[in-house]
Amino acid sequence: MSGLKVDDVSMTFELPGGGNVEALKNINLNIKEGELVSVLGPSGCGKTTLLNILAGFLAPTGGAIYLGDDRVTGPSSERGMVFQQGALFEWMNVSRNIGFGPEVKGTPQSEIDRSVTELLGIVGLRDFGQKMIYELSGGMQQRVALARCLANDPEVILMDEPLGALDALTREKMQSLVLDIWKKTGKTIILITHSVEEALLLGERLIVMAPRPGRIHKEYHLPFAELGVGADLRKVKQHKDFGPKRDEILNMIWDMEEEIMGRSELV
Amino acid sequence: MAQELMDVLATTFWMILGIVLIFAIVLIVSGVVYFVWNFINSKKDQMRGYASLKTVTFGDESSVTANRVASVAGVVTVFVIWMIATGSSLLPFQVLPTPFIGDTQFQYTATNAAGETDTASVKVRVNRFGDTTAEQLVAPETSDGFAKDDVVMVQERRAKLLRAHNNDEGGKEDSYRVTEINGQPIDLEQTVDIENATVLMTKAGSLQIRPYAGPTMESLYLPPPERVWIRFLELNAEGYQGVGLWENVMWSLIRVVLGFFLGCLFGIPLGFAMGLNSWMRGWFDPIVEFMRPVPPLALIPLVIIWFGIGEQGKISLLFLAALWIMIIGARAGVSGVNISKVHAAYSLGATKTQLLTKVILPNSLPEIFTAARVAMGVCWGTVVAAELVAAEKGAGKMIIAASKFQLTEIVIIGIIIIGVIGFGIDVLMRMAENKLVPWKGKA
Ligand SMILES: Nc1ncnc2c1ncn2[C@@H]1O[C@H](COP(=O)(O)OP(=O)(O)OP(=O)(O)O)[C@@H](O)[C@H]1O
Ligand SMILES: [Mg+2]
Repeated sequence: MSGLKVDDVSMTFELPGGGNVEALKNINLNIKEGELVSVLGPSGCGKTTLLNILAGFLAPTGGAIYLGDDRVTGPSSERGMVFQQGALFEWMNVSRNIGFGPEVKGTPQSEIDRSVTELLGIVGLRDFGQKMIYELSGGMQQRVALARCLANDPEVILMDEPLGALDALTREKMQSLVLDIWKKTGKTIILITHSVEEALLLGERLIVMAPRPGRIHKEYHLPFAELGVGADLRKVKQHKDFGPKRDEILNMIWDMEEEIMGRSELV
Repeated sequence: MAQELMDVLATTFWMILGIVLIFAIVLIVSGVVYFVWNFINSKKDQMRGYASLKTVTFGDESSVTANRVASVAGVVTVFVIWMIATGSSLLPFQVLPTPFIGDTQFQYTATNAAGETDTASVKVRVNRFGDTTAEQLVAPETSDGFAKDDVVMVQERRAKLLRAHNNDEGGKEDSYRVTEINGQPIDLEQTVDIENATVLMTKAGSLQIRPYAGPTMESLYLPPPERVWIRFLELNAEGYQGVGLWENVMWSLIRVVLGFFLGCLFGIPLGFAMGLNSWMRGWFDPIVEFMRPVPPLALIPLVIIWFGIGEQGKISLLFLAALWIMIIGARAGVSGVNISKVHAAYSLGATKTQLLTKVILPNSLPEIFTAARVAMGVCWGTVVAAELVAAEKGAGKMIIAASKFQLTEIVIIGIIIIGVIGFGIDVLMRMAENKLVPWKGKA
């Protein structure tokens, strides 16, 4: 139906003390509908800024974003967002959190209940609907965040390090869940991560960004996401191309980090 | 100036000694009770539950909970010390010697103008403080010699002057003087111990008889618990100065509730406005920041000048006491919202109004509750202080009025009730908090 188009987007932050930061410079990107895109890059290269612009939380200082033919001018429910943590509403139980989107749109309660029940099943929290957020573990909370986003049936799902705060095992399970959801719902998903492995696993298309100014450095089209759907991700990691790709990208990012931080004395 | 400062430092030094002494007593008692308790319990099972499995408990807040046995023992200890210090009749036996009550007597020897000596006896009856029914001693009619026997009635702990000469023959003459007490010579400003009392000869030659008082505290300063209790029952039934005990307490509470309610009513919306709008924030910031550190007690004189001592003044004062706290709490509550929550709500399709009512307001509740607890505490303290200064009714008014007549029991009752109610308010607020914002501190 509609792809996401990033048209020559630039973002310059003016610093309060004078001077400015070019967080993004001339970003051009075409994301097809149903594409699973992971974004990787050293800290401070503008990933969050880009995602915030896509979500409509920030207006770019140059260029524009289009979803289909519509220009993005602010946040909207067609672009759902999953945050790293702390974005759930603690004063509501799990079901009300998940049903928040439909609720504010005035969807009838019976319909909300039905889709909440379904989503609780999808994210594996069937018996947790009445629990309060603070009663859940970090991994469960992220599933709620995912379900809440899905409840709105958005066209694009934006995720800013959604699994960053989870332990390795929970993280792996969540990665499988993201792949499942991507396959089942056919949604466009853009996912920011700090983990090269995660970017390889959860990206049909992997975008490596570089800092100062924030820009797209390199793009990969990868088979691993497709292979990972419904499969054991540990097997996918043993794929013959996985290791070399990981090392290549790691080195690339390592070099960029070094450029920023200066060469470490110890090396 | 330097001298005054030195005096203050000296006083402080003595205070430190006193405080150390009191602490030492309490700690020693605490230690003794602890060992006794542990000894009794050493045979029983070890504590059960998760905490008992922890090998590291020191510095782990979750495993250091209040030991309720210690709490009870602590409170009981305070009562026991109170009873001992006041010589309470509730104790099975007296630890400290009690003041003397009963009869004693002594002989005095006087020398008259002619240089002759004669001896007469003085009967002393020490009756209980406030005991008006004690049998009066009657002076004996007959006595040989020129010195005549005397009788003295005196209250416990009090001294009484006896001019022994007065009824003696020739006692009015200048050179007539008392020279011995119980055979011991005495001169002006000297003291002779007699049984259960002392006799001091004053500058004017009178005898000051002071029965033995002992180390216990006089009930004027600290009444024993049973007297406080009796007075409490009396107060409960009759009130004080025509106002019932609970009526006084109710009035204080009504003022607090009204002032607090007004403070919330205006403070919370104002705090929201300040948290959400930079013009409002700028507009009110200087006022709030200026008024916040002014203790409400400092406003009492101004409030009295403006509103007099009626209800309006008190409620205004409490309103002001609560207002700044609630403004700051509400402001912190809304401006402390995690930006991710706001972003999430927007990208889930919420409108600005929905964001406000469904996200920002509920998100600020924990902060508001914290502020409300503080405000309630401050209001309760302020109302009592305001009533001490000027009021017709109220807990503070009751204790200040009672203190003027040295009705220490009423003062103590008032203090206990004020403490209990302050504690009760906080418990209620905490319960409401657990019920209404269960996620507080857990996000
Ligand atoms: N509101 C802002 N004001 C000023 N500078 C900003 C602002 N937001 C971001 N920046 C700057 O823009 C650059 C990109 O920031 P951004 O948060 O997008 O990086 P990132 O790639 O998400 O980093 P990380 O991986 O650490 O999350 C950084 O240099 C940052 O300091
Ligand atoms: Mg970021």
